[in-house]
Amino acid sequence: MEADRAVVDAMGNRWKAKTTLLPEAKLGDLVLIHAGFAISLVDEEEAKKTWQLLAEIYEFDDTPNKVSG
Amino acid sequence: MLDRINKAQNLMNAACKAMGRQVHVMEVCGTHTVSIFRNGIRSILPGNLKLLSGPGCPVCVTDQGYIDIVLELADREECIIATYGDMIRVPGKDHSLETKRAKADVKVVLSSEDALQLAKDNPGKTVVFVAVGFETTAPATAVVVKEAAAESIDNFCILSGHKLVVPAMRALLSGMNHNIDAFLCPGHVSVIIGYGAFAEIVDDFGRPCVVAGFEAVQIIEGLCEICEQLSTGKAELKSMYPAVVTEKGNAAAQRVIEECFEAADGYWRGLGKIEKSTLKLKDKYERFDAFRRFDVTEVPAEEARGCRCGEVLCGLIEPPECRLFGETCTPQEPVGPCMVSSEGACAAWFKYGRKKTQKP
Amino acid sequence: MVQVRPKEDAETMKAGKHEKILLAHGGGGQLMEELIRHHILPNFKNDTLAELGDSARLNLASGSLCFTTDSYVVKPLFFNGGDIGKLAVCGTVNDLAVAGSRPAALALSLIIEDGFEIALLDRILASIADTARQSSVDIVTGDTKTVEAGAADGIFINTAGIGVRIPDADLGFGRIAAGDKILINGTLGDHGMTIISQRQDMGFQSQLASDCAALAPLTCELLENATGVKFMRDPTRGGLAATLNEIARGAGLSIEIREKDVPVRPAVQAAADMLGFEVLTIANEGKFVAVVAPESADRCLSMCTNHPLGKDAKIIGEVIETSDVPVVEMETRIGGRRIVQMPYGRELPRIC
Repeated sequence: MEADRAVVDAMGNRWKAKTTLLPEAKLGDLVLIHAGFAISLVDEEEAKKTWQLLAEIYEFDDTPNKVSG
Repeated sequence: MLDRINKAQNLMNAACKAMGRQVHVMEVCGTHTVSIFRNGIRSILPGNLKLLSGPGCPVCVTDQGYIDIVLELADREECIIATYGDMIRVPGKDHSLETKRAKADVKVVLSSEDALQLAKDNPGKTVVFVAVGFETTAPATAVVVKEAAAESIDNFCILSGHKLVVPAMRALLSGMNHNIDAFLCPGHVSVIIGYGAFAEIVDDFGRPCVVAGFEAVQIIEGLCEICEQLSTGKAELKSMYPAVVTEKGNAAAQRVIEECFEAADGYWRGLGKIEKSTLKLKDKYERFDAFRRFDVTEVPAEEARGCRCGEVLCGLIEPPECRLFGETCTPQEPVGPCMVSSEGACAAWFKYGRKKTQKP
Repeated sequence: MVQVRPKEDAETMKAGKHEKILLAHGGGGQLMEELIRHHILPNFKNDTLAELGDSARLNLASGSLCFTTDSYVVKPLFFNGGDIGKLAVCGTVNDLAVAGSRPAALALSLIIEDGFEIALLDRILASIADTARQSSVDIVTGDTKTVEAGAADGIFINTAGIGVRIPDADLGFGRIAAGDKILINGTLGDHGMTIISQRQDMGFQSQLASDCAALAPLTCELLENATGVKFMRDPTRGGLAATLNEIARGAGLSIEIREKDVPVRPAVQAAADMLGFEVLTIANEGKFVAVVAPESADRCLSMCTNHPLGKDAKIIGEVIETSDVPVVEMETRIGGRRIVQMPYGRELPRIC
């Protein structure tokens, strides 16, 4: 992360995103991205509930959209 | 996951059976439209639960008058048009941005930042950013307007087509379509405005409003909650997307919208003029307002003959009921925006639903 | 690649040590001959090509032949998992393979832009040679043209291929019947999403890799050792959706597939979701769809999963009767149903 620019990781794909709308985002946070901007932190506990459901069908165990740099 | 879906299905079936009549639930989010189709959700709902697709696709509700302005600006030598991909195939009176591309400078961008960068990279031209979208996308536009102001990027301007969801919902219930029992509310708009923004629909119109995410299980559980409320005569506001939606929403995003924009009356395709339903740049930023810079006004245009996008957007008809659907109006040769936009009801129906010739 | 280049001098030109393609390299004269001798021939050592005749004379086993051609204009030229050269061989070899033949010989035509780096050309030629060698197919004839800068976006390649029909193979729409199973040899969408991810304007980097591969070893094994393979096609542009619709239309029968059985890598799915694409419509370059008789399905599946080119193979659905216009329908993960329409060609440009 650098000022309001961040690199976000989603299943191993890395995207650039701006954190202007989410000043509280820190490295390692899970975020929701829209049109190149992080617009919300993702509550990990709540998100896990959905991922666990999806993981029953998919074979993955990774997490979406982590702020990684 | 299938257990949860089966459970929700059973509850919905029971609730809808108890109600005995046809129940109409409207979704007002293009992403919901697509997810519902991709997952084949309609095929597992109770027979008397009808899912209506509403004015949730920002491209679809953009009046043709706006598109014609963009096309006119595209014709000007000094302009570079920067637009999100979905807009380029929407037909104006004679052309779309795509057909204009051969002679005009039209660039597809993935974010508003890319549009601003275009302005920085092309100092001899004026970049006009086609700023279309609901409250989810408006903050991204506001951020770059502020940046342009701070860095004095004077060859950048925006043509704001941003729209507000709640006024449209009010307009529907006040006149255009009374036959809506409840709303499945948009997930990402709610991230910005907070689910509390829908309270007025519940309070003033007595309709249940449930915010849901975009995964199939989230949509189905959202619909289940709605059915249960309806069958017990309740009308409540509920968010079922706690991972990212809060009651108050994203304060930083709301602040930046407030700083740059004010609500103005505007034209929605199909719904007509809705008060205080569009975002106009404040006087403070007027030099970045393409409407004022080029002295153009949006004049609502007439629909192409036979096009029933307006009725589709109000949830009054389903796409196959339009005579043009799938025959004269196809994704390759669209007549109206509902067929062009990837989130349009007609495009979704065409892509994922049976054609008139394909019997169930 | 940006390098400071020394000015060309007469000596350098005579020695054929050019660093960039010149229009003259396509002129049919000395420069072209040097290009062929120093760069092209050394990669493709076979007697037929060495003759450098106007046409290649082939002695192929008797029996009927398959013949195909494809042009390759992919951008970028080099990508994770392959390059335009590898693609040019695999694409044509695969068309021969899924038609039920053993690929025998390829023709290679190059259209190269003035100013193209010869070092890049060498890389591409080496890649073509490696891929051809691994596919046991010879490049027996070819052509080289040069065009002005800007007219070919680097390099365009065309390959034409001849294959010898496998005697027991009997593939055709007419053989397909209700009850037949639909088999795919692995994950979908890898090639198309890799290409997109490596285009600058898309704004993301990833570890995705193209599945570009020559399928003949597996298809020949299937056709020679299992009965009941009725039809095959490779789902390139338009992806699985296009191929299944073509099959349904050609056979006059409907097809039903199950989303949960369609193999997709999570990274590919995530990238597609972010960009709004549907994996079923994304191009593949190392996959085939086979329609097999129900009694052969398990055997065919295990032959695939035991082969490096088919370890993620799955049976994804079946052919069903229809009393009406054939459709391709999918049972979604949640037990819903939706149609898989023929994609309308708006998908990505220049992925192969």
